[in-house]
Amino acid sequence: MSKIISLIRSYWGILLRPSVHLSLGFLSIGGFVAGVIFWGGFNTALEFTNTEKFCISCHEMRDNVYQELRTTVHFTNQSGVRATCPDCHVPHDWTDKIARKMQASKEVWGKIFGTINTRDKFLEKRMELAKHEWSRLKSNDSLECRNCHSAESMDFSLQSPRAAEAHNTFLVSGQKTCIDCHKGIAHELPNMAGVEGWN
Amino acid sequence: MKRLYAFKFFAASVLVATTLAFPVTHPGAQDVGPSISTLRGAAPLDRANSAPRIPQTEETDRRRARNYPEQPPTIPHKIDGYQLDKNGNQCLSCHARTRVAESGAPMISVTHFMDRDGQALATVSPRRYFCNQCHVVQARIPDAVPNTFVDIDSLLAVENKPGGN
Repeated sequence: MSKIISLIRSYWGILLRPSVHLSLGFLSIGGFVAGVIFWGGFNTALEFTNTEKFCISCHEMRDNVYQELRTTVHFTNQSGVRATCPDCHVPHDWTDKIARKMQASKEVWGKIFGTINTRDKFLEKRMELAKHEWSRLKSNDSLECRNCHSAESMDFSLQSPRAAEAHNTFLVSGQKTCIDCHKGIAHELPNMAGVEGWN
Repeated sequence: MKRLYAFKFFAASVLVATTLAFPVTHPGAQDVGPSISTLRGAAPLDRANSAPRIPQTEETDRRRARNYPEQPPTIPHKIDGYQLDKNGNQCLSCHARTRVAESGAPMISVTHFMDRDGQALATVSPRRYFCNQCHVVQARIPDAVPNTFVDIDSLLAVENKPGGN
């Protein structure tokens, strides 16, 4: 124990003393360059984990949720604009994104121990997983939906009367948020018995 | 087994030959309108036709009149991507008894709560659960087969007219 303390002390001493052999220029410029490389590397790695390619490199995502997405309007549509996994499932702001990435360490755990490595296991867990996403979107007022769909830019006159009325009544007044009504638009739903708004 | 095939083939050839030799015109044939082959198009059997365009679903959100009282009402809006399986029924998320106050949609009729013995149930009867077995969306497309259906009121109106038969 005392050995460790003395080791820490000696390194602390090195940190406090001015450098003897290395120039100030080397230390400051070298530190700056190393910082750029580390930061750039970190962000590149982070962005790589934020691609659909990365998501569906695991069979759990590729064989279940990705196949379901492919049949929906968020995959193919008239205009050819499409949503990839992180568009909806990862916040776009940096701090929120980092927070979500830290949460994802639980998903790494699940991957390692095969929590949903078969279809049956996935279906059994689907309600729990869906509830996580519903509560996330509910608590951030469907932020990821609104990254593309803004209420201000919605032309209600182009919507069907039914949709226009529902959006006018519930969305504009803030009574409801997107996910309250639009559950299961990109993936299949678990058994909805007991879920609010479903019978 | 082989003999049976041979016989079948023989019978079929005779049938085809007689049909070709004596083209029969069924008395009611012209009433049926274009024959089934025209539905398929002019392409020979071993070729595929180009598929017709998928028509736009009518989305008026207004109830349509029924042609007869027992007709299941048609759906006046799109139902693309609506989940309807044992896990969930998206139709009921608006049309269920408990949902209509908020949604403003028409409630499923009371017949949907009855089992096949006419016994009333607390909720939608399993045999009425799959809505699009009876209720369907509509699109404006030319009739594939001519249809001379008239509803009962039009029929009665003709009969009651002096000189009508």
